[in-house]
Amino acid sequence: MRLLEHEAKQILKKHSIPVPAGEAFSAGQKLTFSPPAVLKAQIPMGGRGKAGGILTAQTPQEMREHFEHLLATPIRDYTATKILIEEPIELRQEFYLAITYDTAAKLPVAIFSPQGGVDIEALAKEEPGAVVQMHFSPLRRFPSFLGRELVSRAGVTGKLLIQLGALFARLADVFLDCDATLAEINPLGLSTDGRLVALDCHLDMDDDALPRQPEIAPIEKEQGRFSGGREVSDFERRAQEIDSMDHRGVAGRVIEFPGNLGLIIGGGGASLTAFDAVRQHGGQPANYCEIGGNPSVFKVTELTKHILSKPGVKKIAVIMNVVSNTRVDLVARGVIKGILESGRDPAKTVAVFRVPGAWEEEGFRLLDKYGVPYCDRTVSIDQAAGRAVSSASVN
Amino acid sequence: MAILANSDTKVMVQGITGREAASFTKDMQEYGTKVVTGVTPGKKGQSVYSVPVFDTVAQAMAHEAADAAIISVPPLMVKEAALESLMNGIKLLVIVTERVPRRDTVELLELARQEGATVIGPNTLGLISPGIVKLGMAGGPLEDVKKAYMPGKVGIASRSGGMTTEIANLLTTNGIGQSTCISVGGDPVVGSNFLDLAERFNQDPDTEAMVIFSEPGGVIEEKLAQWVIDNQVSMPIVAFIAGRFVDDMPGMRFGHAATIVEGEKGSTKSKIKVLESSGIKVAHAFSDIVTILRDVL
Repeated sequence: MRLLEHEAKQILKKHSIPVPAGEAFSAGQKLTFSPPAVLKAQIPMGGRGKAGGILTAQTPQEMREHFEHLLATPIRDYTATKILIEEPIELRQEFYLAITYDTAAKLPVAIFSPQGGVDIEALAKEEPGAVVQMHFSPLRRFPSFLGRELVSRAGVTGKLLIQLGALFARLADVFLDCDATLAEINPLGLSTDGRLVALDCHLDMDDDALPRQPEIAPIEKEQGRFSGGREVSDFERRAQEIDSMDHRGVAGRVIEFPGNLGLIIGGGGASLTAFDAVRQHGGQPANYCEIGGNPSVFKVTELTKHILSKPGVKKIAVIMNVVSNTRVDLVARGVIKGILESGRDPAKTVAVFRVPGAWEEEGFRLLDKYGVPYCDRTVSIDQAAGRAVSSASVN
Repeated sequence: MAILANSDTKVMVQGITGREAASFTKDMQEYGTKVVTGVTPGKKGQSVYSVPVFDTVAQAMAHEAADAAIISVPPLMVKEAALESLMNGIKLLVIVTERVPRRDTVELLELARQEGATVIGPNTLGLISPGIVKLGMAGGPLEDVKKAYMPGKVGIASRSGGMTTEIANLLTTNGIGQSTCISVGGDPVVGSNFLDLAERFNQDPDTEAMVIFSEPGGVIEEKLAQWVIDNQVSMPIVAFIAGRFVDDMPGMRFGHAATIVEGEKGSTKSKIKVLESSGIKVAHAFSDIVTILRDVL
């Protein structure tokens, strides 16, 4: 979960990292802030400045106008429901500070640049010496002296070295103690009066750690933090409802595509494999999905009906990896039931059924009974996808 | 033969009284794995498929020393369970639990490094060396494992648990046996990644080639490719990268936690490019894995 800037700054403040004086306001609220002011749309995306999401105001009237404008304008496909209003700060220099996990090294890594406020990945490519990094032990953490060591590698010395080292240690506390997967301050500003201030902050929280983060967990549940991003289609929303109808297994994670071949595929890795294979064979999938964990017959039935209800879908392909937990016969039963309840003929609707594994004899017997074409484990996932595509192109 | 475990490996199951753990304990026993003890705090004196249950790892180890621990406890208790096994001298941990916080994973991996222990997972189905041993729930019950796996000389490492069995099945139906098949775990950070396992397979006299199954996200393929180049590795490696369509959908999150694509980084396109540039063979269709293996074996 990505925190919004104003939420992240509250956390920094609690850990004694200075942030500009400011407050987040929603629509209809009285703007109790005296200009001059910087107004920042609270969206879960970077690059706001260039997209017109950050404006400055000198007068109360200008502040009110900008406020209304930012609430009404989608920025990078998101519409903010909160605007952070802050004091403007004159800067002498900008720095980049971040801590994240290096997944290959299996360690946290601290990253620093004396040239903040920019696209750090582009900078690292163009000028590798301008970005320095250091892995550290999660058990020994990242004390100030490591922060001083790191910033000194980028040429920082004097009073600034001491200030930055201490601030880096506090950022590491935020990263570790709040279970973040990314804690980034960009830019950290050095004001003309010599203060270090976090002007922007990006915190990604580990969803799996939310149960032990009582201060952060409630944020996730707040409704209307922002709206936008990729729109969930009605088709996908209905599929989510089906998946949540009972807790047995998964029959969901549906993504809508414009094609005509319905897909009932799973589990995760095999779904990716089967979807690619259908496209490689020239097929046009109507959807992506993931089924697994032995879903109930009811859920498979409902998912089948739902996919068949999509305009243009005449055939469905059922493809899974060799299953050991999910039962083949239950998947077969659900698919056949769903087709029958849609008023169609299972023999003509199933393009291919390729789910080998636990209870396959029972499953195959059922498929035989309805004349459904199926294949066993000697037919690979991509071969099955090929059969499905040719079958779908016949009718 | 095999890497990581063999037919003499003695296994302790942490969280053995859980429904899932009890079920894979039975499957492991039937496959021939020596499950010697189980641990669930407060349940000393019980038994699960005649495996004695103890309150602590120390008690279990005093009863009969284990070489490997399978950890199947709630996510927030995994780190402590791992620490308990490490402090009692266990050198191989297989962490089945899903949704372990990332900080706990990196902390327990550091402790494991200090103790010289190997970790598979978290979020793994475990591993199978066909005909020899099975740790965790990979492959399911005995009958299902027998159909999909057969002994041989190809190692498998897969980010997807289900696809571990699927690849083994593809090889078995084409008469190619396997040495050891490992579900590495679906999380961004795992104890043994493709690179760690490639190093082990490369040193294993009984493994002649390795197959990896990967998905979008992460940079481990780049490290693997670099390792192959730097060490002039001659063991053939065949890679299959699933989820190519995800490249066209930036920011989309799929079922597997690691399948998160941001820009070009971790895209299947860039993975395929970097792997091929190192001489690793990329199978563009799933069954091409067999064709390529036949060429190199």
